[in-house]
Amino acid sequence: MGKKIGIEVSMAISEAAKLADVDVVAAYPITPQTHIVEELARMVADGDLDAEYIPVESEHSAMSACLGSSAAGARTFTATAGQGLELMHEVLYVASAMRLPIVMAVANRALSAPLNVWGDQSDMMAVRDTGWIQMICENGQEALDSTLIAFRVAEHPEVLLPVMVHCDGFYLTHVVEPIEMLEKANVTKFLPPFKYPLPLDADKPVTMGAFAPPVIYSETRKAQEVNLRKSKAIITQVWDEFHKVFGRKYRAVEKYKMDGAKTALLTLGSFGETAMTAVDNLQAAGQNVGLLKLRLWRPFPFEELKAAVKGVENLIVVDRCLSTGGPGGPAYSEIRSALYGEPNQPRIFGYIGGLGGRDVMVSEFENIIRQVETKVKTGAAQEFELFGVRG
Amino acid sequence: MKNYNVYAARLTPSAENFSPGHRACVGCGETLAVRLACKAIGNNVIISNATGCMEIVSTPLPSTAWRVPWIHTLFENTAAVASGVDSALKALARKGKIPDRGTKVVAMGGDGATFDIGLQALSGAMERGHDFLYLCWDNEAYMNTGIQRSSATPFGAHTTTSPSGKKSYGQHNQKKNMPAIAVAHNIPYVATASPSYPFDMMAKVKKGMEMPGPAYIQVLSVCPTGWRTQVDQSVIMGRLAVETGVFPLYEVVNGKYRITHEVEKLRPVQDYLKPQGRFRHLTPDAISQIQEKVKEDYAALKEKAA
Repeated sequence: MGKKIGIEVSMAISEAAKLADVDVVAAYPITPQTHIVEELARMVADGDLDAEYIPVESEHSAMSACLGSSAAGARTFTATAGQGLELMHEVLYVASAMRLPIVMAVANRALSAPLNVWGDQSDMMAVRDTGWIQMICENGQEALDSTLIAFRVAEHPEVLLPVMVHCDGFYLTHVVEPIEMLEKANVTKFLPPFKYPLPLDADKPVTMGAFAPPVIYSETRKAQEVNLRKSKAIITQVWDEFHKVFGRKYRAVEKYKMDGAKTALLTLGSFGETAMTAVDNLQAAGQNVGLLKLRLWRPFPFEELKAAVKGVENLIVVDRCLSTGGPGGPAYSEIRSALYGEPNQPRIFGYIGGLGGRDVMVSEFENIIRQVETKVKTGAAQEFELFGVRG
Repeated sequence: MKNYNVYAARLTPSAENFSPGHRACVGCGETLAVRLACKAIGNNVIISNATGCMEIVSTPLPSTAWRVPWIHTLFENTAAVASGVDSALKALARKGKIPDRGTKVVAMGGDGATFDIGLQALSGAMERGHDFLYLCWDNEAYMNTGIQRSSATPFGAHTTTSPSGKKSYGQHNQKKNMPAIAVAHNIPYVATASPSYPFDMMAKVKKGMEMPGPAYIQVLSVCPTGWRTQVDQSVIMGRLAVETGVFPLYEVVNGKYRITHEVEKLRPVQDYLKPQGRFRHLTPDAISQIQEKVKEDYAALKEKAA
């Protein structure tokens, strides 16, 4: 058992990168990611971590330097948030298509304009299709564990894909939580040394990043799709290995008090902690409600989701992002699509809130559930709505 | 000394690391430059190549013209990718994960990737002092996309986005002084070179490889397709650029300028401009403007090198 200490979640993420003995960190500062990279820079400066820290001049260069580093066979880590993730956007596609197992923590943040540095998942949703494996953390313990898990998954010889670890900016990154730390001996047992199969090596020349004309481009995309989908089984396997070594078990869709629940909330990230309290309160009042938490965003856990909603009549998806002019919340839209045509498909309601760092209280989750119950009774349309917003 | 160049050719390795079979245009000055540079670079290298002509002509999947480790990712980030490779090699060697063989990192890109879209990444990599050589293949426009102007396009040149017309004489502004920008980063080595002077160019590439820290070499790469010149005249065009003073050959070692190919008496710029379709619309007035500027710049360079 590792020691349980009070630690800021950003520091815990840096600690995970240190335990993984990363070789290269390339990062550019952006709120609310800064504490993570400041701590890594300090570790390198103090000799606590033997790594090259590249203080790049932009996030575009941060991810580009990560490409080069990973391609040369170094275990590579970076972190970013919001605008920084957007500036990296085109580079993200290259990392996944070139099968470079970079690990990146994302302190999820709103996108400008207006400028807003606070917690929001618009950045995560904007990079949905970049081909990265994307894990979402609910609390500090998960942030620590998932960062280490990310290296094991990314570097798995049958995966070789980059992994993003999403943590709500401020709500997670800037809070001190009681976290059970990971013991180095166990980390060594869990995470083997990184061995990239065909790195850039002067003794064995390889060409990486050739261009693909129409005659072969589709095949490269299909290969990527097959590989990313297949990674889900390995992610689950790695979670099992983690459970064996560290005693904490993770799943793509986490259930909370779902036994016999007719109405279920579904959340992503730190919303889950607040929603649990709402479910506790409502169950105590005799209501038949539960909570589902989505931990894996890509590859999307279709089977796990379908199994988790069995018996659920009303599913309420709460997004922290608005797809403007579109189908509402991105998670809501995807989940509706995933469950479309399923036998006994639940009614699916979408709620969007907590944008740009606005607090969402326990009472608001309770209100949402009450509203949905009214909607069901009156037969109101299953549309999405923004909650807690003026005007 | 007169016969040195005849002898020097024998010292040049015959191995081709940039192999025949690439798909460059006939008469491409850039591929000649890359081929010669590769001879000077040798095998202990990792190359990071920006998107552009050189990447497109050399690596249509699944084939490759490269016999050294080579990576292409995007257009504007080649210096940042090189930073990552450099840091990875350092960390891995220090931690005993790979043998320390002193593999050098070379980044390369066209003038668009260097002067324009990749300038920030290049500036960052030079400022951080990565141990790498940057080679800019300067053909003075975005040739890969079909001859659009860049900030390396010379005054008066016709391109598809700086066309000459009833109200325009082509490119309005002067070519950006990119070597001076590199020098301003206080890096140990900056040079200009031309494949029309192969031994001068290969010597500079070798120097850039051996010098610890960042090095920047800008190579004038004659582009018959974009310059509208005869395909068998590329080497001569490169020589005319130097002999007229349009593209002087010099190097800057730790801030100290030295002209590596002194031209006693500059030929008139007309000799260089006339064979090029991209300048054919120029009036005598515009040509004398160009002549004046070349004289001025050459004098300023001589002053620096004095």
